[in-house]
Amino acid sequence: MADKMELHDVEVWDGNMAFAQALRQVQVDVVAAYPITPSTPTVQNYSSFVADGYVDGEFVMVESEHAAMSGCVGASAAGGRVATATSSQGLALMVEVLYQASGMRLPIVLGLVNRALAAPLNVNGDHSDMYLTRDSGWISLCSYNPQEAYDLMLMGFKIGENHGVRLPVIVNQDGFICSHTAQNVKPLSDDDAYAFVGEFQPKNDMLNLKKPVSYGVQTEEDWHFEHKAQQHNDLMKSSAVIKEVFAEFKEKTGREYNLVESYMMDDADVAIVALGTTVESAQISAKEMRAKGIKAGVVAIRVLRPFPFDEVAEALKDVKAVACMDRSAPGGTVGMLYNEVCGALFHTDNKPVVLNYIYGLGGRDLLVSHIEEVYADLDASAKAGKATVPVQQFLGLRGPKLSFF
Amino acid sequence: MSKVIKNLKQFSTSAERFEGANDMCPGCAHTIIVREVLNATDDDLVIATSTGCLEVCTAKYPTTAWDTSWLHIGFENSSTGIACAETMYNVLEKKGRLRNPDGKKPKFVAFGGDGATYDIGFQWISGCFERGHDFTYICLDNEVYANTGGQRSSSTPLGSSTTTSPAGRVSYGEKLFKKDIVQIMADHGSPYVAQAAPNQWKDMVKKVQKAFDTEGPTFLNMASACTTEWKFPIDKCMSVSDVAVDSLAFPLYEIENGKLSITYRPKKIIPIRDYLGVQGRFKHLFKKENEHLIDVWQKHIDEQWLKLQRREEFDHSF
Repeated sequence: MADKMELHDVEVWDGNMAFAQALRQVQVDVVAAYPITPSTPTVQNYSSFVADGYVDGEFVMVESEHAAMSGCVGASAAGGRVATATSSQGLALMVEVLYQASGMRLPIVLGLVNRALAAPLNVNGDHSDMYLTRDSGWISLCSYNPQEAYDLMLMGFKIGENHGVRLPVIVNQDGFICSHTAQNVKPLSDDDAYAFVGEFQPKNDMLNLKKPVSYGVQTEEDWHFEHKAQQHNDLMKSSAVIKEVFAEFKEKTGREYNLVESYMMDDADVAIVALGTTVESAQISAKEMRAKGIKAGVVAIRVLRPFPFDEVAEALKDVKAVACMDRSAPGGTVGMLYNEVCGALFHTDNKPVVLNYIYGLGGRDLLVSHIEEVYADLDASAKAGKATVPVQQFLGLRGPKLSFF
Repeated sequence: MSKVIKNLKQFSTSAERFEGANDMCPGCAHTIIVREVLNATDDDLVIATSTGCLEVCTAKYPTTAWDTSWLHIGFENSSTGIACAETMYNVLEKKGRLRNPDGKKPKFVAFGGDGATYDIGFQWISGCFERGHDFTYICLDNEVYANTGGQRSSSTPLGSSTTTSPAGRVSYGEKLFKKDIVQIMADHGSPYVAQAAPNQWKDMVKKVQKAFDTEGPTFLNMASACTTEWKFPIDKCMSVSDVAVDSLAFPLYEIENGKLSITYRPKKIIPIRDYLGVQGRFKHLFKKENEHLIDVWQKHIDEQWLKLQRREEFDHSF
């Protein structure tokens, strides 16, 4: 039996340690992983827990991220709790198998420490890897600090393994700003964390040898569409389970999570929509703007998939101008958040000005002064009742200003 | 413990866990080999299959030919998939969470074609063998990407005309001899690797049982004659396999803990010309301008056979 770890009421953990501790507490049966910056310490910390007798499961140190996710699929189909962690190029390499995992309805949990995608090679944080997963059929949860990374990692298992869901789950955190920045984290005790997530309940497991199953069969034009539709349907419906798990977690810890988080939105005229650590920076900036008389608010997407279409529209129903902050190179169009937020708003009576900011690529710092620029643009647009600046601007870029549309 | 098989009749009527009702070509060696593999044991099996002929023809929703637990992920990763299923078995056994614990570990087996094995899946197989998972990897080697219409792989031999190395006005087809996958896998430190052919069924079953009963990663390369891409009549699968083995195009041997043993010596070695001559893929080699390649082939085969014999002699000399 694995040893229990005595934890303080408040620990000082960076995001990677928060991930690793959550993986240890839920006693993952098989972790198959490959190290890559900035998620490497998640894997290293976890292997220390294994080496020191805190884990009964197996840690398989494979030869690539593609193999990591392949191993996760095999282990999960065999029937047990499975997890891995990666970043950036590693995520890109495992994309093929991400689709296999969700298509086979395997509740694997992936800790994704967000980092830029090459070229040019860059080890720092942005959201291009997170964006790469968006059509992969995984549930995708977003954290802004180590506490949330820990909480969402615990909840990720409970959500994905729910027999009404049976889908894999990504838990995102920002590379370095979250993953390598030690902050206060209030952990659950080992017993409480395990009890909260519960023992893994197998379903259609290959190791139920008396009832053989076939995983990953062929479907062509006669059945493929129905399978993908059913998968989408169940992913869409999973938001009900996500809300239940959030509620149960709040009851246990007092910490509240919502599909969409709103800060200072009750009377806001202008709002920033963001993901990751930017949410906290935007909150600071919004407070400063309010001191200057601008009714600023922040809306954060907690659950990127399934996308909270109605909740986003609800959160923005009274604002006059919105800025969607995309930390990923948009590749020839508007950013993903811009598209999805516009989609959510299009069917409402409120028709705010919606602007798109591309920022922070490859770890470029986003300063409070940058966010103040955004709020100033929003304020001017709100007052004018139309966009006073181009729809898409690059924020924090050196050299001449770059904008489109 | 291995199943005792007395004769071919008993063997061919053993309980089937791989149904004949599948979409494989008539006259394909793959299905014969898979049946021989599955019939070699009464133990439970957990099987993974790489993308390829065997996979697409045996598990089309809502049907499956497999009466065993079966997994297909992608083209390259059946090895890693089954290896980590085996890891999960070990964990659940340790934690006392196996559903039907009877103290008998199932056999974990991965199948892949030569494309999945020699080429695209090689890294995954190499990783699994280096880490020492307890499973058997079986390559169904038909020397071509048969499922996708006959493109060359690194198992395609010299002079073979494939759809990506076609014989043409200025080309005689494939320019290289095949990769020596058996030796490469032995060099990973695998405790048991072998090459077998379905026509030598007793030899094949013995090797399958050895591979299953050996702890650690074991590897079998199966000569799998392909009626469609080798271009021979569908009723000639076994006779072509006979010539393949007796010409030493597919010599039968095993390497057990690094020690090589030849397991079948043809009573009469058939010239390679006779092996090439029964297959449409080598037809152009018999044109005057290409005929010298048949001598190159024969020289290569002679050298390989000599090397195997010398290696066997050496390995058994201490």
